[in-house]
Amino acid sequence: MPVDDVVANTDVAPADVAPADVAPIVEMRGITIEFPGVKALDGVDFTLRAGEIHCLMGENGAGKSTLIKALTGVYAIDAGVITVNGRPESFHSTADAQKAGISTVYQEVNLCTNLSVGENVMLGHEVRGVGGINWKATHREAARHLKNLGVDIDTRSGLFSHSIAIQQLIAISRAMVTDSTVLILDEPTSSLDRAEVEQLFGVIRDLRDRGVAILFVTHFLDQVYELSDQITVLRNGALVGEYPAATLPRNELIAKMIGRELDDLTAISSSASRTIDRDSAPLFKATDLGKKGVLEPADLEVYEGEVVGFAGLLGSGRTEFARLVYGADRADSGRIEKRGSSVRISSPRNAIDQRIAFSSEDRRAEGIVGDLTVAENIVLGIQARRGWLRRVSKAETDAIVKEYIDALGVRPADPNRPVRNLSGGNQQKVLLARWLATAPDLIILDEPTRGIDVGAKADIQRKVAELSAKGLSVIFISSEIEEVVRLAQRIIVMRDRRKIGELESHDIDVDDVIDYIANEAQENVA
Amino acid sequence: MRNIVKHSVFWPVVALVALLVINTLVRPTFARIVIQDGELYGTLIEILRNSAPLMLVALGMTIVIATRGIDLSVGAMMAVSGSVALTIIDSSPTPEAPHIIALAIGGGVLVTLVFGTWNGFLVAVLGIQPIIATLVLMLAGRGIALLITGGFTTTVISAPYKFMSQGYVLGFPFAFFVSIAAVTIVVLIQRRTALGMLTEAVGINPEASRLAGVRSRGIIWGAYAASGLLAGFAGILYSSNIMAADANAAGNLIELDAILAVVLGGTSLMGGKFSIAGTVIGVFTIQTLRSTIVFLGVPPPVSPVFLAGVVIVVVAVRSQLVRQTAARWFASARSVARPNSKVTS
Repeated sequence: MPVDDVVANTDVAPADVAPADVAPIVEMRGITIEFPGVKALDGVDFTLRAGEIHCLMGENGAGKSTLIKALTGVYAIDAGVITVNGRPESFHSTADAQKAGISTVYQEVNLCTNLSVGENVMLGHEVRGVGGINWKATHREAARHLKNLGVDIDTRSGLFSHSIAIQQLIAISRAMVTDSTVLILDEPTSSLDRAEVEQLFGVIRDLRDRGVAILFVTHFLDQVYELSDQITVLRNGALVGEYPAATLPRNELIAKMIGRELDDLTAISSSASRTIDRDSAPLFKATDLGKKGVLEPADLEVYEGEVVGFAGLLGSGRTEFARLVYGADRADSGRIEKRGSSVRISSPRNAIDQRIAFSSEDRRAEGIVGDLTVAENIVLGIQARRGWLRRVSKAETDAIVKEYIDALGVRPADPNRPVRNLSGGNQQKVLLARWLATAPDLIILDEPTRGIDVGAKADIQRKVAELSAKGLSVIFISSEIEEVVRLAQRIIVMRDRRKIGELESHDIDVDDVIDYIANEAQENVA
Repeated sequence: MRNIVKHSVFWPVVALVALLVINTLVRPTFARIVIQDGELYGTLIEILRNSAPLMLVALGMTIVIATRGIDLSVGAMMAVSGSVALTIIDSSPTPEAPHIIALAIGGGVLVTLVFGTWNGFLVAVLGIQPIIATLVLMLAGRGIALLITGGFTTTVISAPYKFMSQGYVLGFPFAFFVSIAAVTIVVLIQRRTALGMLTEAVGINPEASRLAGVRSRGIIWGAYAASGLLAGFAGILYSSNIMAADANAAGNLIELDAILAVVLGGTSLMGGKFSIAGTVIGVFTIQTLRSTIVFLGVPPPVSPVFLAGVVIVVVAVRSQLVRQTAARWFASARSVARPNSKVTS
């Protein structure tokens, strides 16, 4: 990839675009962080000003997370200067950063689910009275902080009883308790639905107007433009430039992030229009597959080489349906046929024996085995299939791992690195490699592109299109209906834990699918 | 150099070597090895010999801990296997006959294998928390051992049985060869097959492993069974050493020493990645400490305090913070040595 043709810092000098009258709260200059063998950040400059929403953009592995971790004291910097409110700081821990007024809300909510909402908000800042903590005052204080963000809930309720969206807001309140002047939001929207995102954005704008400097990281381009004032782009650990959001067209932003024009995505569009031979028996057929309280009995047919998309809102039952197909949860009704003969699938092992693979939507909890290496994660599927006695030999492992690292473009291409150190997109590629290596004939991909950057997303979509053209059957689940429409030949539409219909996708677009979901909903009401 | 420092058993080895060096400095006889009738004698040889029961137990504990579990019943199982073995020998008219010895050993370890399988069933199939599941046999085991011996401390006289803990082969104590054999077999089974990697996968992320098709139930079950089996052999060695089935003293609190050995060896109690080499070093560290306590003449009632103090030092040396500080010293020492290097420029 021609990464050096756009030299860092030459596009726009940060000083040219900075609103001159606002003094920066955070100034990072020449930040360099090295890991063994990799320069994760190379002389990066970054400026954050009071009352702005600043988006940090870049592909996976561009150095966004590393830069954030440098600012929050998780990583020590090898070179460079961090200035906060005009004072040079050297952070040795996240506590140091918090003391300097920098708070972070992570992608995965970092709260204690077993504590109450109030306890979470006030943790470490409880109101003390004579004889210890004054819980009444503490909860009152927590409620006040939550109200500031427009959240009106019982602070004595358990955190676990609230949705992820509310938990995000609770995490933000928690950051505000410490009077933070800088708020870092790392992928806060990846598990929220549309309305929840709106609520969160309202809160973020409100905080900006109160003078908080906000650093926002997301993979959703729409959200970048909806929310941000400034955009800083990183690529391969180096700064590309800082731009006012209003003057940077979307395609230019993408080009700057990946260093090439993004026509890859359009090339895939032929996938959906490919015709599938449905005269012969289906590869996979489920009849009345369901589980009480989880999914109403539904039918599913997947033909050889076909990509079947599951579309529907979060919680519509699309993941639940996939888990029943795979045996991750046990169905209590229904029959399953594979290549015309009846089979029993009541556990993942049964499904694997039937050459069905399933990549979960929860990459961290149900996908990767963090402390194992990339190579071990890739061969895990084959090894599990073979059993512990027949070890996949070193030579075999090397061959398989090399093949998939090359084919899927896993970066860094180091098979001996613990997989937890890879970016989300690359972890997803490792999982895809794990399953492809087992040579399945049906692969279920649940949200394979969630929370990963455009480049990796294009890689994965291209791979899906390519493999299905070669005869692999795919069930493709995604919140992004666009993606489903682009890849799938047939779309199963789900709503309220129920299959509401099937659409042939060669002559429909995203709006048709959305209309279908909406109209079906109205019919039901009527 | 950096790779050596980063290796998982580097700090455990440093701790052990430091302990050995201090011992040698304080008492020059520590490192002395005497050859008598072609057999080696000395404190170091004693350490090799006496560490065998703990070695066996700690190996099993390592595997169990790798699955995110813990086995508290190993000490009690040692008492059971010793009781079974000595009762068999005691009730035989020919306590020296090879087949009786074989029957005694086989009987002892078979019972603890069954116990280990029971533990595994509770944890892997019924999903009971390991600490509770193994607590059952920890408490009941010694009672069972007393039931077997009829409430007495059975003592026997049987030279071949005694040989296991007291005998010598090729100049070294036989018990040391038992340790070597156990370590070798465990390493072969774990690392030559895929069992080790699958065990780590289950320990690191059980749900991801299940969805990847790993038969985690069998792996966890097997770990407890192996722990039972190894504890059984440890109990045989222990009873062979004192030639008595002492249901109360056999393996008393050895579960804690075993857990400590595993942790000293760098395996996390959170499960996942485990190091057999680390455990071996941890066992030798603990055994050397025990020897040091005896030598220093620390009165038995307060020896746990001394042991605890040393353990704190050893564990502190391995803490992340201490390591980072050490690394920083190391880096600054290097930059002083080379004033033109990048660090100072």
